[in-house]
Amino acid sequence: MITFEGVTKRYPDGTVAVDDLSLQAPTGAITVFVGPSGCGKTTSLRMINRMIDATSGRILLDDQDVRAIDPPTLRRGIGYVIQQAGLFPHRKIVDNVATVPYLLGWDKRKARARAMELLELVGLDSRLAGRYPFQLSGGQQQRVGVARALAADPPVLLMDEPFSAVDPIVRASLQEELLHLQSELHKTIVFVTHDIDEAIKLGDTVAVLRVGGHLAQMAGPATLLSEPADDFVREFLGKDRGIRRLSFVPAKGVRLGSAPADLVVDDDTRPLGWRSNGGLLPYGIFDPERDSLRAALDAALLSPNGTAIAVDGDGHVIGVATRDALDEVLRRHATGPDEQARESDGEVPVTDPRRAES
Amino acid sequence: MNWLIDFFGNAANWSGSDGIPTRILEHLEFSAAAFLIAAVIAAPLGLLIGHTGRGAFIVVVSANAARALPTLGLLVLVVLLIGVGTVLPVLIPLVVLAVPPILVNTYEGVRGVDADLRDAAYGMGLRGRQVLFKVLTPSALPLILLGLRLSAIQVVSTASVAAFVGLGGLGRFIIDGLATKTYSDVIGGAVLIALLALAVQLGFTLLNRVVVSPGVRQVR
Ligand SMILES: Nc1ncnc2c1ncn2[C@@H]1O[C@H](COP(=O)(O)OP(=O)(O)OP(=O)(O)O)[C@@H](O)[C@H]1O
Ligand SMILES: [Mg+2]
Repeated sequence: MITFEGVTKRYPDGTVAVDDLSLQAPTGAITVFVGPSGCGKTTSLRMINRMIDATSGRILLDDQDVRAIDPPTLRRGIGYVIQQAGLFPHRKIVDNVATVPYLLGWDKRKARARAMELLELVGLDSRLAGRYPFQLSGGQQQRVGVARALAADPPVLLMDEPFSAVDPIVRASLQEELLHLQSELHKTIVFVTHDIDEAIKLGDTVAVLRVGGHLAQMAGPATLLSEPADDFVREFLGKDRGIRRLSFVPAKGVRLGSAPADLVVDDDTRPLGWRSNGGLLPYGIFDPERDSLRAALDAALLSPNGTAIAVDGDGHVIGVATRDALDEVLRRHATGPDEQARESDGEVPVTDPRRAES
Repeated sequence: MNWLIDFFGNAANWSGSDGIPTRILEHLEFSAAAFLIAAVIAAPLGLLIGHTGRGAFIVVVSANAARALPTLGLLVLVVLLIGVGTVLPVLIPLVVLAVPPILVNTYEGVRGVDADLRDAAYGMGLRGRQVLFKVLTPSALPLILLGLRLSAIQVVSTASVAAFVGLGGLGRFIIDGLATKTYSDVIGGAVLIALLALAVQLGFTLLNRVVVSPGVRQVR
């Protein structure tokens, strides 16, 4: 657990980058700091590993004040990933990853073996190990940056816009991979981004900061979407909050009917399309065990008859969700009409709605 | 061409205390001594100033002095102050000449290392000294070597001033040749100095291959 207690950072030129920030980043979860440029995200993050020292207030790492720990020692116990990867250009990839193990005095062979393990973990071909950073693509370099941060298996990981310099497709896959890694490693992660969609996708808890380092709201992503604390947060969240929120509602609760006769399936009960006069019409599928209500709705919209096809993990048809069935669930999860009235109560729910609802 | 044949073809030029091999050795001795002294002063200073950011004015002063100070003038000055008879009148001006390229390039090399890289190094938990020697220096090595090479070539080309104060080196061929109007000696001496400079250049090119990481060599 990382705890900010009334943390303020005033730079020598008088800029107050962070003003009396108090919050908690729970152990084993991803906490995202999100907000417009210059709102103090990086400053807040870097005060955790003492790349910047707070002017006042305390930051506790599992009840220990970080100010009590010598910075290099502190940093070797905290993974740190930055936007430009910051790999050492003169070292091979494998040695870049082994940086902290070397610093900790590990035997070279052991450190390299660990580095190879991590390269595999972050999805990099072991043939890249002998290359130099300039021989890697931006996305690959970011993966190496993540591997390097994880090398000594630190319990805490700080990530400052690690994926913002790569193209959207690579970014999406890096995000997926981070979630996948996290599902195995359960690190305490503080992740900084200015991209609200990234925050919502990755965060167990999202802290929205406004300029001046004020905490505007801290909540799970679904709560954030349905109950933004004030106009600033609402505006920052952008459009389509209702639809986006459905990503956090599991499709499990949707009532499934049996497949109608005009659904054509192959010998193995995988869907082929909807029968029509001339041939087959397009269809949409969702997996009630894994997908969200948003995916189910999407599947319905892809079918001309408005019926979503439910499949199991192997793609076999297990039933269909009609528009009425989807409607029932939608009604249950619709945001109440009193949303406007519930502004800025300042409460900080820390439970993860994704887990709470599934 | 005849002059070159006269000079290099003359067997008498190849032996004795004023022969080509002896003069080359003398020349290399002055040059190496001046260069090493300069390197020992300037390289650590450049690293330190580049790393801490303190004392940058020293680099600026040194760079400007290099442009303003005439080596020969300095030589005369030192001779006037301490007289002839030692190697100091040669060494001091050569060292003064050799310091700025090393100092400036080492400093620039360290300063020029990407701020993100420096940041990442500290962020990983390297201490100041480790950042300097494990990250900044290897990254700045191409520029540091450039400074050393420029310095060495200047020293080798300029070490002929030793002849002005009665010391040896390849400058002797030029000075004595001019005095006796033996132009083949003048030309021959000049060619030898040029060849030495080329050899230094070549030496540094090889050194570059050996000590600079391929990861850094490509980037620059
Ligand atoms: N070293 C510094 N000296 C003075 N002011 C600074 C310094 N570093 C940052 N600031 C100021 O502090 C404020 C917060 O900066 P910070 O880098 O934490 O913002 P950020 O939220 O990370 O922004 P971005 O999304 O653009 O990275 C800004 O107004 C910035 O100009
Ligand atoms: Mg930032």
